[in-house]
Amino acid sequence: MSRMIAVAAAGVCRRYGRRWALTDVSFEVPEGALVMVTGRNGSGKSTLLRVLATAIRPDRGTVRILDIDVRAARDSVRRKVALLGHRTHLYEPLTALENLTVRARFLGADSRRGPLLSRLEEVGLADRGDDPVQSFSAGMRQRLALASVLQQQARVVLLDEPYGHLDPPGFLLVDGLLQRLRREGATVLMATHLVSRGRNLCDRGLVLEAGRLAYAGTAAQMPQPAGADGAGFAEGA
Amino acid sequence: MKDLLAALRKDLLLQWRGRAQVIAIFAFGAAALLLFSFAIGPDSAALREHAAGFLWLGLLLASTLALAESFEREMEEQALEGLLLLPASTRGLYYGKAIANWAHLALLGVALVPVMVVLYDAGTLRLISLVGVILLGTAGLSAPGTLYAAMTSQTRARQTLLPLLLFPLVVPVLLAAVKATSLLILGDPMGQLRPWTTLLAAFGVIHWSIGGLLFGRVVED
Amino acid sequence: MRQSPTGPKVLVALGVALLLAGSWWGLTKAPGEVYMGEVQRIMYVHVPTAWNAMLALSFAFVCALCFLLTNAWKWDSRLEAAMEMGVVLSLLLCIQGSIWAKPTWGVWWDWDPRLTTTAVMVFAFGGILALRAFVDDPARRAVWSAVACIVAFVDVPIVYFSVKWWNSLHQAQSTPQTVSSAFHLPLRVNAFGILFLWTGLVALRSRVASLRLRNELGPPLPDSRPAVTGAAPIAGGAS
Repeated sequence: MSRMIAVAAAGVCRRYGRRWALTDVSFEVPEGALVMVTGRNGSGKSTLLRVLATAIRPDRGTVRILDIDVRAARDSVRRKVALLGHRTHLYEPLTALENLTVRARFLGADSRRGPLLSRLEEVGLADRGDDPVQSFSAGMRQRLALASVLQQQARVVLLDEPYGHLDPPGFLLVDGLLQRLRREGATVLMATHLVSRGRNLCDRGLVLEAGRLAYAGTAAQMPQPAGADGAGFAEGA
Repeated sequence: MKDLLAALRKDLLLQWRGRAQVIAIFAFGAAALLLFSFAIGPDSAALREHAAGFLWLGLLLASTLALAESFEREMEEQALEGLLLLPASTRGLYYGKAIANWAHLALLGVALVPVMVVLYDAGTLRLISLVGVILLGTAGLSAPGTLYAAMTSQTRARQTLLPLLLFPLVVPVLLAAVKATSLLILGDPMGQLRPWTTLLAAFGVIHWSIGGLLFGRVVED
Repeated sequence: MRQSPTGPKVLVALGVALLLAGSWWGLTKAPGEVYMGEVQRIMYVHVPTAWNAMLALSFAFVCALCFLLTNAWKWDSRLEAAMEMGVVLSLLLCIQGSIWAKPTWGVWWDWDPRLTTTAVMVFAFGGILALRAFVDDPARRAVWSAVACIVAFVDVPIVYFSVKWWNSLHQAQSTPQTVSSAFHLPLRVNAFGILFLWTGLVALRSRVASLRLRNELGPPLPDSRPAVTGAAPIAGGAS
């Protein structure tokens, strides 16, 4: 069975000033795969996801998303990709519903209250829909950010530390969302430190070390990050 | 286009949410007008003669606060980047923000008129024309101001950089708007209003065009 | 470290020589102007400075456009050098104008449209140089200063016309009269003198800017930011 290649990176390099955050990263991800991206802090996971999301440009190399070159047709790529980044991309003075409404209007999607409320229900925020994001805790902001990512109904979903700030029910929420995305045929790349959890959920894995790709293969055979304190260190339930 | 409308609605909503700031900025403008009168002294004739200048200077100073504020909310959680990734067209985002800023500044200008009337005994019966001049002048401030505010809100010395970049650029707006307003207040026997309003309009057309073209380069990587 | 290229240095030397020659001629040999007296001799430096200030800033505008179109770093270095040169020349212009105005009109500044526009340009382009100082990321710095330079340059004619109309309501045109045809030669000599001088200096200065950029970014510094697009062989990859 040959599936389409959803994400193809070739020789991707990205610098910040003197420091090369990514050096010569190349890999392919078939459509529908659930990929875990791990590495130490500062190994380039966030940078890689941001490059794939077209938030930043690669200084060298090419990226093709669903066979579209990101440099040639950036807007087309953006229509198909959604990013859950480190910043929430939310407007603090607006309410949760208003944030989703604003985005729905740009997406050309249904911006009525009803459908957006059910999106909030999916992430467990239905009762806080009319509260300003300013009043939210970090975990709640994370949930809202997840809702806005799902809203885009993208074919390639990029998640940077989706479990961050969440409580144990939140962990289960993310697990459920990942499984749902997989059922819907979306391709997911997820950067996370929760290696054991990811290994159970994902079928592929990428390991970054100091900006270089150290491993690209199945999740089951992924090595532990070098120097990690073993699988049990501060991972979720 | 739909992005422009979506952006405009978003920016007006943000302004409405931040209306306490709007009132504070008005207070700043009014305070500036008061300070100008102290600087000149209680000479009513002199105050009246220069009232137009004070109004526009006060408006210009207050506009830097308003313009900077308009991008605070976009940058604190990278909300603007979030919209760009949807994707949202940069032109729509620019014009939506610029129009919302224009509305804010025009409102500010109109609100400062009574302050000017009271402090400088400088009123006019040609109110429609005055509102027209305010609309044209604030349009000239809003277009380049929105472009530069997008830049400076991402730098370290944002408070000083925005006025530094904007003020030299909007000298024609200041000249023309003050002249036009002065003619309305002090009388315009020779009908000289038209050239100044034309200058304001030309300035606006030019800067609204290039602003839309260049905004994308300013906010994208 | 290679020595800096000789071409620009020759230009600078030639420029200085021409400027000295033209100025000496204008200051000593050329006859004094009947109505304005000796102070009018400043025109031999003032007019060429004015031409060259405008040229330098126009070149900056071209560099800004080229950078936005090509993304090549060399245009950013040239833009920085050209803007600095433009600001310096414009500042000199304002100072020369004041030196002329004080004995002539009794005031340091007479709101002459051209000089006033020049003063506005000093602030406008000086502001862009200040912007550059506050942006750490070289790519962003380059794009933003190019954008700001274009906006400022487009504004220059508008500023000029608005000041001209504004001023014409108050006083008659106060342009210092340019020299009559007999005195053109020192003017031209000085014009070329300043031209060579600033061109050589800009070449040297943009080289310094390039070197500093190289230092900021470290090797390897590509000629332009995005690499060539097109199908690249997919190396390595997941199973």
